[in-house]
Amino acid sequence: MPASTAQAVEGFGDGHGVTVFAGGTVLMPKVASGRYPRGGRTLLLTRAGMDEIGGNGAVTIGATTTLTALAGSGLEPLATAAADIADLEVRGLATVAGNLCARGDLQAPLLAVGARVRSAGASGERTEPVEDFLANAGEPRLVLAIEVDRPRRAAYLAQRRAHAHSYAVMSVACAETADGVRVAVGSLGSRGVRLAAVERALDDGASPAQAAAAALDDYDPADDALASAWYRRSVLPTIVTRAIEQMRGE
Amino acid sequence: MELNVNGVSYPTASAPLTSLLHVLREQLNILSPKAGCLQGSCGTCTVLVDGEPRRACLLPIAALEGAQITTLEGLGDPEELAPVQAAFHEGYAAQCGFCTPGMLMAAHALIERKGGPVERDEVIAALNGHICRCTGYVKIVDAVMAASRAGTMPAASREHEGAAA
Repeated sequence: MPASTAQAVEGFGDGHGVTVFAGGTVLMPKVASGRYPRGGRTLLLTRAGMDEIGGNGAVTIGATTTLTALAGSGLEPLATAAADIADLEVRGLATVAGNLCARGDLQAPLLAVGARVRSAGASGERTEPVEDFLANAGEPRLVLAIEVDRPRRAAYLAQRRAHAHSYAVMSVACAETADGVRVAVGSLGSRGVRLAAVERALDDGASPAQAAAAALDDYDPADDALASAWYRRSVLPTIVTRAIEQMRGE
Repeated sequence: MELNVNGVSYPTASAPLTSLLHVLREQLNILSPKAGCLQGSCGTCTVLVDGEPRRACLLPIAALEGAQITTLEGLGDPEELAPVQAAFHEGYAAQCGFCTPGMLMAAHALIERKGGPVERDEVIAALNGHICRCTGYVKIVDAVMAASRAGTMPAASREHEGAAA
């Protein structure tokens, strides 16, 4: 079991045949049902010390930072999003990088703040925008840390089914920086996207509702067990409108 | 490796990714954590790891070297119930009892964390991941609030007795 980041990187190597075990909230149910482990190596990150949040200016969030720690960090819109995931016990185990790689509810807030993902793998270490990291999902990478700048103001809203414990049907995050407003949407299992047409409309001075009307230009939702694509298309403009209004305090 | 459960060290030779829940129930005969969903969703296997509530089904034993694990067996005994156990008993907060061990551990951790009276919304937030299929939530929440105010009876059972008299 690696006792440092350097040992974790060495243990990961080119990543082939390696399963990275961080919080275990995705893998342990597979242990219970006998679907894991089946050959290959497991890289257990429990003691690798990759769970620090810190830095002046840009904030570095260690890969195995728990959702509980992120929820208590005051780093918006990530803190609100983290506090909204699962429940107290699960948030105490689940990690930021695990949520990102499982394409969970942190995708939208990470996209909204323009997060950079630092990772290691066959081609060495690199730092890239979270969009690029999500797009290159085929290549094995070990996430080391996520870097973000604090936005001036931000908001996060999730559409959920009535039972509080389920995954979000859709989550929307927006963040305002010196470069303008970023808006992103995510839903479990599919890749989160930035809503570029909404961002352009806001730049041009459109109202939140006018801008949100362009939300479906960049987002083509899928049917899944939580909701139909039709439902997602129907409600997304409203969630985007409310998120922008909330960010602006309207 | 060794697992420290309720102050006792137990050697275990299980595979590193074996769940704590499996080792507790199948090897150590510590049966209060229930095997419910085995996916971290139902809450009944909740134990304390260094005082924090955690799902025993989601924890591989390899991550627990040196940790202090507390199960319901370590909280109180029939002669001397812990405050949360006494409040559940007094307030009729257990029906079939399957969710009760997890509810008690999460409630105990909440009260320890707060160190004083807890309010209804705090209890609901802390027990959010605990499912009671008897749907006895009102009495459970009342009992946790009562336990945090040590010695007082849950409001709901007082009303019940008032109606009977």
